[in-house]
Amino acid sequence: MTATLPISAQIINLLAAAMLLLAFAMVSQRRIISLINLFMAQGAVLCASTLVVAISTGQSHLYGSALITLVLKVILLPWILHRLIHRLNVRWDIETLINIPMTMIIGILLVIFSFNLALPISELAGTITRSTLGIAIASVMLSTLMMITRSKAVPQVIGFLSMENGLFFAATSATYGMPMVVELGIALDVLVGTVILGVFFFQIRDKFESLDIRHLEKLREDQ
Amino acid sequence: MNTLAAILVQFFELLAALLLAPLLTGWVNQCRAWLQNKTAPPMMLPFRQYAKLLEKEAVLANNVSSLFRMAPYIIFACMALASMIVPTLSSSLMLAPAADAIALVGLFALARIFIALAGMDIGTAFGSLGARREMLIGFLAEPALLMVFFTASLISKSTSLSTMVEALGQRGFIVYPSLAFAGVAFTMVALAENARIPVDNPTTHLELTMIHEAMILEYSGRHLALIECAVALKLYVYFCLGVALFVPWGIPEGADLLNLLQALPLLLLKLAVGGFLLALIETISAKMRVFRAPEFLGTAFMLAVLGMLVHLLLETGK
Repeated sequence: MTATLPISAQIINLLAAAMLLLAFAMVSQRRIISLINLFMAQGAVLCASTLVVAISTGQSHLYGSALITLVLKVILLPWILHRLIHRLNVRWDIETLINIPMTMIIGILLVIFSFNLALPISELAGTITRSTLGIAIASVMLSTLMMITRSKAVPQVIGFLSMENGLFFAATSATYGMPMVVELGIALDVLVGTVILGVFFFQIRDKFESLDIRHLEKLREDQ
Repeated sequence: MNTLAAILVQFFELLAALLLAPLLTGWVNQCRAWLQNKTAPPMMLPFRQYAKLLEKEAVLANNVSSLFRMAPYIIFACMALASMIVPTLSSSLMLAPAADAIALVGLFALARIFIALAGMDIGTAFGSLGARREMLIGFLAEPALLMVFFTASLISKSTSLSTMVEALGQRGFIVYPSLAFAGVAFTMVALAENARIPVDNPTTHLELTMIHEAMILEYSGRHLALIECAVALKLYVYFCLGVALFVPWGIPEGADLLNLLQALPLLLLKLAVGGFLLALIETISAKMRVFRAPEFLGTAFMLAVLGMLVHLLLETGK
C-alpha cells in the first residue's frame, strides 16, 4: 500500500504524475509559445525528479545529469526555440491534423496501453521508482502522438525534444540513470539536433514559404 | 454515535452553509473588484440583495405554468440538502449514511433539470437558449465530476463523503498523485458548473453568450432571491467539496460542540483562500466561446480518468 512508501518515492510519484499531465497539456496545446513554456516546465519536473532520485539513493552521477537537464532543457533549448520562432515569426495557432478532443482520447488509450506494457517490467525491477516506468513510456508515446498529429515543423521538433525527456525519465526511473558518457552524448546530440533543425526551418520556409511538413511529401515541382 | 449530537451537528452545518454562502459570494466579488482595480462592493451585499428582492413583488408572465413557480423552491431545497451532505465542520453527519457522492451528483442534476425546465417554460428565446446550453454543459460536466469522485473513492474504498474525508484527512499525510489530476479536473468542472468565467460570465446580463443568466431572466422578487441564494449555496457546496476532497485536514471526526468551534476558523480560512483563488482565475482568464466549452470539459473528464489510471498504476498493490 501507499502508506508504506517512503516520502521520496511519494514525491517522485507526484513528479511523474506532473510529467504525464504536462505531456497531455502539450498534446492539447494550440499555441506555440505555450508549447515551449510547457516543454520548459517538463524539463524542470525532470530535473527535480532526477534530483530527488539522486538525494534518496546517493547516486552521485545523477547530480550531474540533473545539472545537465537544468542547463540544457530548462534554459538553453527553450531559449533557442524562443529565438527561433521569434526570427521565423511563427506565432500563429498550430493547426492539428486530428481535432484535439479526438487526440486526447487516443492519448488516454495510449496511456492505458503503456501502463499495461510497463506492469510486468516494473514488477521485475527493484528500484524505488519502478512504478513510474509506465508514466515514462506513456510520455514517450504521447510525444510521438504529438509529432504525428502536428503538421508544422516547430511543434514536431518540440515533440521530438519532449520524447527525449520521456526517455530520460524512463532511464532514471527504471535504472537510476545511464552512464555519464552516454548522457553527455545524448545531451550534445539533442543540442546539435536542435541547432541543425533550426537551420532546416529556414531552408524549408525559404523553399515553400511555409513550415508545413506536408510540402515535403510532394516529389514533383508542379501541382 | 449519539443521535441527538448528530442532528445538532447537521443543524449547525446547514446554518453555517446558509450564513457563509452569501458571504463567500460577496468575498469572491470583493476580491475580483480589488484585482481589477475597482471599488469593492461590501461583503454583505448579497444579504442586502436578498432582503431587497424579498420585499419586492414577484411578477409572473401570463403564460407560466405551476412548474415555473415551483422551480425556485425545488432548486433551493436541492442546494440546501447538498450543503448538508458535504462534511464541512464534522465528518460524522446524520445524513452521511443516507446520501453519498453519487446522490450528491444526482441532487445537482435535479436542480439543473428544474432550472432548465423553468427557463423553457416561459417560452422566451433567451430562456430556451440558456436551457439548451445549460444542459450541454451539464451533460459534459457530470461524468467528469463523477470520475473525480470515483478517484477519491478508489483511494478511500467508499463512495460516502464522510468516509472519504476520514480516509484522506484524518489518517496522516500521504501524497496522492491521482488526486492532483482529480483536483485540476474538479476545478474545471466547478468553474463550468458555477457559471464562472472561462465558461460563463456571472456578472453579465443581456449578452448573447450568457448561459445561467439567460434562464433566470424572467424571475423576480422572492423567486429570484431564492435562486440567487441557491446559486450562492451551490458555489459554497463546490468549495466545501474541494476542501473535503483535496485539503481535508482539520475536519474533525467527533460530533461535539467544541470540535465544531475548532473547525470553524479553519474552514473560514480555507474558504477565504479558495475564494481569492477563484477571483484570481476569473481575472486572469478570458471567457471562451460557447463551443469551446465541450473541449474544456472533455479535458476535465480526461484528467479525471487519468487520475484513476494513475491511481491504479502508482498507488495500488505495491
